[in-house]
Amino acid sequence: MNPVNYLYLAALLFTVGATGVLIRRNAIVVFMCVELMLNACNLAFVVFSRMHGNLDGQIIAFFTMVVAAAEVVVGLAIIVSLFRTRHSASVDDASLMKL
Amino acid sequence: MSAQQLAAYTTSTGEAFQFWVLGTFAVIGALCTVLMKKAVHSALCLAGTMIILAVFYLANGAYFLGIVQIVVYTGAIMMLFLFVVMLVGVTAADSLKETIKGQRWLALLCGVGFGVLLFAGIGNASLTEFNGTGRANANGNVEGLAALIFTKYVFAFEITGALLITAAVGAMVLTHRERTERAKTQREMAEQRIREGRHIPPLPAPGVYARHNAVDVAGLLPDGTPSELTVNKTLRERGQIRDVSAEALNDLRALEQRAAERLERTEVEPATFKRPEEASK
Repeated sequence: MNPVNYLYLAALLFTVGATGVLIRRNAIVVFMCVELMLNACNLAFVVFSRMHGNLDGQIIAFFTMVVAAAEVVVGLAIIVSLFRTRHSASVDDASLMKL
Repeated sequence: MSAQQLAAYTTSTGEAFQFWVLGTFAVIGALCTVLMKKAVHSALCLAGTMIILAVFYLANGAYFLGIVQIVVYTGAIMMLFLFVVMLVGVTAADSLKETIKGQRWLALLCGVGFGVLLFAGIGNASLTEFNGTGRANANGNVEGLAALIFTKYVFAFEITGALLITAAVGAMVLTHRERTERAKTQREMAEQRIREGRHIPPLPAPGVYARHNAVDVAGLLPDGTPSELTVNKTLRERGQIRDVSAEALNDLRALEQRAAERLERTEVEPATFKRPEEASK
């Protein structure tokens, strides 16, 4: 087996996550799908690091993790405050700006 | 030794086996994350996928990232997700009605198209050999990463610190709620209760005898009907009350019958209930 297969797996996971973001309407699940996409990218970075034989890919994956952690903190805070005002976590309900 | 000699074309058979087995589960977990109706199930499936990805990191020589993946992602982030799911309400299932006509199929089409594009891109790249992290990890993976972070990527690393602080402050600002009125003290609440004249003693406890002492089981009144007053207000409003009154009455009837059999009485009328010591006289 060539490590390229890991890249195919990462692409598949990313696609599944992206489809989930488009399909689901519960804000929390949408957010989980975004996390899945980030994880798939991390896997690709780690595999690239192995293919090139240096650690730069792993550093990028590390930074992605940090940014993801910050993103989760703020995103979940937004979801909680949305839920407080609307009593629903559905992304369809936040349509105040719609004509 | 040149880099060309280090380059390899295949991984070990063990790793290939691990990849095919765990990769299948990772994809199943990802699909479950998208398709599960309840958010809690999605979160658990995603946690499983993340653990499998951590194993893949370890297999690819990213030892530090593999551990960090488990500690940060499955440990901290997924638990944060579960915490918010609990806060927002576990029972709030997604409505499965489509609001935009055909949106689901279009989304699926977009996903498949995107996947085909990605796969074609990877397939077209000539990636037949790889170097492996053996040389990069020669002095230890963590040492290698540290050397890079604190030299080449030190600026990005410092900005990351600023980002984390901003995120923490942002979360506090977003979830903070200013109290519009002063909270009532215990004394004021007691006075109000006396003035209103309802439920002056403490509320009755939930549970039936010693068998059902869960908080969602309503206590029974003397005539066997459940008392809503005994259940917490939140559970009452959600309608999550477990009614065991029929069960308790059946138990009582079974007990009576057993007592009757033991005392060799012929028949027990279900309407008249006598206490066992009276019956034994």
